[in-house]
This record gives sequence, structure tokens and C-alpha cells, in this order.
Amino acid sequence: MSTDVQKPSRIGETRGQRLRRILSSRVASVAALVIAVLWTIPTAGLFVSSIRPEDDIRDTGWWVFFTDPGSATLETYNFVLYSNTQGGGLIRNLINTVVITIPGVLVPVAFAAMAAYALSWINFRGRNLLYIGIFALQVVPLQMALIPLLSFFSRGLHVGGVTIMPAWELDGVNTIVQVWVAHAIFGLPLAIYLLHNFMRELPGDVMEAARIDGASHSQIFRKVVLPLVTPAIASIAIFQFLWVWNDFLVGRTFGGGEATRPLTAVLGDMAGSWGNNWTRLPAAGFIAIIVPLLVFLLLQRYFVRGLLAGSVKG
Amino acid sequence: MDISDYTDRFGLLAVGLVAFIAVLLALYGLAELASRRDRSRAVAFVFLAPAVLFLLVGLVYPAVRTIAMSFFNKDGTEFIGFDNYTWAVTDPDALQVLTNTALWIIIVPLLSTMVGLVYAVLIDGRKGERTYKALVFLPMGISFVGASIIWKLIYEYERSGDQIGLLNQMLVWLGAPPVNWLLEDPWNNLLLMVVLVWIEVGFATVVLSAALKGVPIEMIEAARIDGAKPTEIFWHITVPSIRSAILVVGVTVFIATLKLFDIVRAMTGGHHGTDVLAHNMWDQAFRLGNDGRGATMAVLLFALVIPVVIYQVRNMRRQELEAR
Repeated sequence: MSTDVQKPSRIGETRGQRLRRILSSRVASVAALVIAVLWTIPTAGLFVSSIRPEDDIRDTGWWVFFTDPGSATLETYNFVLYSNTQGGGLIRNLINTVVITIPGVLVPVAFAAMAAYALSWINFRGRNLLYIGIFALQVVPLQMALIPLLSFFSRGLHVGGVTIMPAWELDGVNTIVQVWVAHAIFGLPLAIYLLHNFMRELPGDVMEAARIDGASHSQIFRKVVLPLVTPAIASIAIFQFLWVWNDFLVGRTFGGGEATRPLTAVLGDMAGSWGNNWTRLPAAGFIAIIVPLLVFLLLQRYFVRGLLAGSVKG
Repeated sequence: MDISDYTDRFGLLAVGLVAFIAVLLALYGLAELASRRDRSRAVAFVFLAPAVLFLLVGLVYPAVRTIAMSFFNKDGTEFIGFDNYTWAVTDPDALQVLTNTALWIIIVPLLSTMVGLVYAVLIDGRKGERTYKALVFLPMGISFVGASIIWKLIYEYERSGDQIGLLNQMLVWLGAPPVNWLLEDPWNNLLLMVVLVWIEVGFATVVLSAALKGVPIEMIEAARIDGAKPTEIFWHITVPSIRSAILVVGVTVFIATLKLFDIVRAMTGGHHGTDVLAHNMWDQAFRLGNDGRGATMAVLLFALVIPVVIYQVRNMRRQELEAR
């Protein structure tokens, strides 16, 4: 590797080629490969386990599967999704997850976009203070809100004997409404912060020109700002999607009974007890994992953009 | 699985979406009305009202309530002063929770940032860098619960016969007896942390790898010609150039670690000496029915992020001043 150092830089070399010429080493290659493999094996193990017959899962490790690949079966998937016995019927919870996720993403993103526009382009007194307050809320652990918010839903809000908000008295499937509201609340601070970052960087003269042409704030928001920040909204929507779909705490706390909880919440309890049914967990787990993983892989570019805007700047 | 199971849920979804669209249209109409009269304060109010209302009712008011509740007994009927806090710092179980949390918030951010940084440097400019990055980044898309299932499978223990968990099988291959990992206090804590590190390293890698692209390559080349070793370049050029990104990663992982609930819940349920603040808070309030102690744990959690809040706000104000 030291012989490489003497070579002069070549014209048309990319940054990567140049870096490789200066610093490449066998040890670094091996180390990178080892980390990449170590990080991949656990998920691969889960997938292999999920397509093995249940008796095999109970008796031997997943690596034994490769001695008999013909034993692959989707039986466990079939069971956990559709069986009416205990540990099955998760299709219901999968639907809960879908029903929770769609508004759980749309509502906070829409409200955050409106708030971020007001905070970046409408002049009013106390704007900075309000923004700093929302910015600070980002870091407040949602654990601070759990107990009072749950009692707010179940008992309403009373101040000194005066009822400000009656109890919601939701039951059955309708408890999902609570989960929607909770996700909307907890998703707002980060979404507002990220969108504010993007919107503030839009060129001011574009807004000014629209104002002079007589456009109102709501028209500017809809016709100028929203189209310009669509990529940003996409990355925030992906964030929120992953957060809601993968959430355990909110769904478990506000999701009512087991039949109305999202998939992750039910799986979390199943994994916690690790009872006799644990052989079904690989398949059930993989069902929960595969959708966000696909979204994540296909839309990684947007996700990374949001990540960098949120963390490197902040 | 009845057909009504489907119709109930999708029916609710349809009603919810229609209601949401109606609210949006109403807000839009109001904003339009206010805009025509050119009242920017009124327009700002309409744009901000839903978000601010949600945050006030769902975050600000509950946070204040939680602080108040931490001074009350388990069902909130009797004022007991600082008793809950005394419990939190004297009771052996509660102390264990605090010690574990301290270990988590030190070890996980350090380890995730370090591994992420080393990996980002190793793959920087390498052929197939994107694939390398994607492989390690992938766990970011997996839920904590999913990750817990994945790792519980790895830690699985069988008293006799074939091992199912990869970790114990490796011990057996090496000729050692298998270990019931999740029961081994204090090592089980470390094994739980491994799960979070596995997830967060991907985040660290992506952010730090983006920051690395800004390190001037001429500097590295010059140092190399002067005979600097790669490790020297790493410590004297790479790390100082991306210091602020490293700090951001560390702080972000710190907050995620502090709020961690799922992994502990799904892997040990907080038993065998593995409980942490965010999980104990939930356990106290929703399983053991002690709102006062749950609230106290939440307040302690909040106290730990206050320095981060202050730091972030100051940082932001400084950036704003510079931008002006």
C-alpha cells in the first residue's frame, strides 16, 4: 500500500478512486466486510427460521435448514395470519396497523406543513418564541404525556368541577381513534421542525413576487410552497410512516384490547412472554418487518435526505 | 375472522379520512377568508391552530400534569411531597433502574457512534459503498420489537441437546457450555444494549458518511505523502473535521436510548435486573397501577433531557444569529 502513495494524482479521478489509491488496505477491506456480514446475519436468521416447519424450529438452529432446503414451508405464515386459535389471526392486527398508519401519517404531516408555513413566512408577534417552544418539545420524552393523555381520553377534562371535554368513551375498534390522535400529537414537533428547515430555505423573492401579484397566504401555500417542498414532505412522511408502523408504546397504551391493537404491540407482548408459541414468532415478526423494510429500501434516498436535514443542521 | 372485522376497521378508516378532509377544507376556507381581509395574524392563527391545539392538549398540559402527579400517591388522591422521589433514589429496585439507565446512556451512544464512524471511514470511497451502507442501515427500518425477536432468537438457550440460538451454538462449537444469556445479570444488560447498537450504527454510519464527503481529500493526500499512518490521519484529520456531525449523532442516539422502552419490554419485561427508566415508568403506571411513581420516573427521564434541550436551543439561536 505504501507504493501507491508515490503515484501522482490522475486526471478525471473520482473522489472514491483517489481515496482508494491513498488509503486502501487489505485489513480495512476485511474489517468492512466483517461488519457488513455481522449486521446482516441476524435478519437473515429470522427469515430462514420463518420458512421452516415448526418442529424444526423447536429442535435445531436455523443454520441446519441449509442441509435440507426442501423443507421450506409457508405453513407458519398461514397459521399466524389466519388461524382462529391462540397465537393466530394476526391479519386482524395487521389491518389495525394499516388503519392506524394512514391517518397516523397524513394528519401530523398536513398540520405540520401548515404550521411550518406560518412559522417561516407569515409575520406575527411571538413567532420566534413559538418556534423555539415547538423545537424544544421535540426532545420531551413522550413518556411525560402517557398517563394524563390516557386519562384525558377515558375521563375527559374537568377543571374545578366544570367539564371542558367529556370522556370520549370509545370502545372496540373505535379506540383506534385514540391511537390516531396520539400519533398525530407525538409526530408533530419533529415534522414541524424539519419542514420549517426546508421552507425557510425557499427563495424569498418568489414569495414576494406572488404577494405582489395579489396571491393570498393560502394560495401561496398551496400553489407555490407545497409543490416546492414535496420532496421534503415525502421524507417526513416516510419518517412518520416508519415510526407509526413500528411503534409499540403508543399502540400498546392507547390501542384498547388485543383485537384492536396494532401488530407490533401484539408481537411485543408475544415476544415478552416467549411462551410455547414462540416458534411462530419468526414468521409473525417477518410479516411486521417486511413492509417497512421494503418502503425503507425503495425510498431510502428520501429518508436519508430527511435524516441529514434533521440532524446535521440541528 | 369475520367479514365484520374487515368492514369495522376500514369503515372507521373511511370515516376518519372524510372527517379529516372536511377539517382541512374548513381550515382552508377560513384561511382564505382571513387572507382576503389581509389580516396576517388571523391567517397565522388558522394555519397554526391545529398543531398548537394538539401540542397543548397532548404534550404541554400532560407534561405539567405528570410533574404534578409525581407528588401524589398511586391513585392521585393524596399529596405526599417528595416521597416518590425518595423512593426512586433509595429503593434497591428503583436504584437498579437508575444504574441501568446510566449504563445505557453512556455505553449505547459511545458504541454506536464509534462503530458507525469506523465503518463509515472504512467504506468511504470503496467500491460498492452504497451496498455496504445499505446492509448496515437496514436495521433502521426494523421495529425495536422486530429487532428484539431477531436477537432473542440469537440468545436462545437450550439446557441440553442442539442449540437453537446462534450465540450458544458458537460456544458449543468452541467446546464451552451454553449460557442462559438473558438471565445473567449484569451481562444481560449488555446483550440488550447490543440490540439498540445494532439499530443505531446504521444511523451513525449514514450521517457520518455524508459528513466525510466534506473532508478535503488534499489534506489526507498531503498527510499521506508526509508519511502519516492511516490511524494518525483518522485521529488528526478525519475526526476533527467532522466533530460537529459526531456530536449530533451522539446526542441523537443519547435521546433515543433514554426513551428506549420496546427492547426491554419485548426481551426481558424488565426482569432479571434489566429494567430502565422509560420501561419502569410504563410498568409502574400501567401494569402496577402506581401513577405517582410512574410520573416520577417520567419526570426523571425529562430531567435527563433538559441539558440537551438547552444545548439545542442555544445552538439554534446561534445559527440564526449567524444567518442574519
